[in-house]
Amino acid sequence: MEDKFIIRGMEFRSRLWVGTGKYKDFEETRKAIEASGADVVTVAVRRTNITDRKSENLLDFIDPKKYKILPNTAGCYTVEDALRYSRLAREAGISDLIKLEVIGDEKTLFPDVIGLLEATEILAKEGFIVLPYTNDDPIMAKRLVDAGAAAVMPLAAPIGSGLGIRNPYNIKIILEQATVPIIVDAGVGTASDVAIAMELGCDAVLLNTAIAGAKDPIAMAHAMKYGVMAGRLAFKAGRIGKKLYATASSPFDGMI
Amino acid sequence: MTAVSCFGIWLFIFMILKINGEDIEVHKAVTISELFSELGITPGRVAVEVNQSVIKRADHKTFRLKDGDVIEIVNFVGGGQQV
Repeated sequence: MEDKFIIRGMEFRSRLWVGTGKYKDFEETRKAIEASGADVVTVAVRRTNITDRKSENLLDFIDPKKYKILPNTAGCYTVEDALRYSRLAREAGISDLIKLEVIGDEKTLFPDVIGLLEATEILAKEGFIVLPYTNDDPIMAKRLVDAGAAAVMPLAAPIGSGLGIRNPYNIKIILEQATVPIIVDAGVGTASDVAIAMELGCDAVLLNTAIAGAKDPIAMAHAMKYGVMAGRLAFKAGRIGKKLYATASSPFDGMI
Repeated sequence: MTAVSCFGIWLFIFMILKINGEDIEVHKAVTISELFSELGITPGRVAVEVNQSVIKRADHKTFRLKDGDVIEIVNFVGGGQQV
């Protein structure tokens, strides 16, 4: 079943995107990504180990020909850092894609939306395809698109919290006014959470901890794959309206 | 190490570069590409910054390093959201 979506001319087949952090080892990372069916994997930018050159490289396990590599600016708390990491990521990678994070504080890991907006504008002007991680705020989503964001990535809940979509009504408003793809990023805990995101009409979901932190990450990766598929199918099928009272599903005709 | 003879005395020349926060003596390398081979780094998967400016991959063969340069060499690691 072909059901792709497009960001700035780039086609995406999978509506589940995954992170590569917190796994036991690269082999588990590889297996989990394969089980999830994701075609986009997000990676962080960090110093190369120059003293131990025998250490393994993530890209030996994740084939950039098979997956789209989406570098992120995780760990950046200032606009300057986010710009610096983005520019390095573009040189280390193969595309202009960047998942932009400007983090506001360590406890919540909520985005600093003022810095995020500024960085989005600068990077978009430099030709980056900017995918900002933001709050579930419809006004900010609009402002980010005006600043040049190619897609908007509102959080479901704080990063790594596993709380699921805490404000489906805000996500609904973001979707209603959207002129770019909307990808829920962060905070989902289990398969039903991603199904809800897809039922609301989101274009995709990005997650990491929900798989990597599960007791059986490979099994959870499978579950997430089907959660996304079920939610997407339900969205396209068009759910029934919610009503307070019962509606009989059996006919009255023919009753004795 | 580069060695030159000056009035019959051999002088040994090397640069000290700050690479990823550490002072490293570099003996042969003059360009970024040469630094990669001296350090055993596979080019193509890393990005380089010299004194806070990103150096484009196309310029690695020609960009000349000098003593005291502050260099960052980065690559992709596992990470989803905040790591």
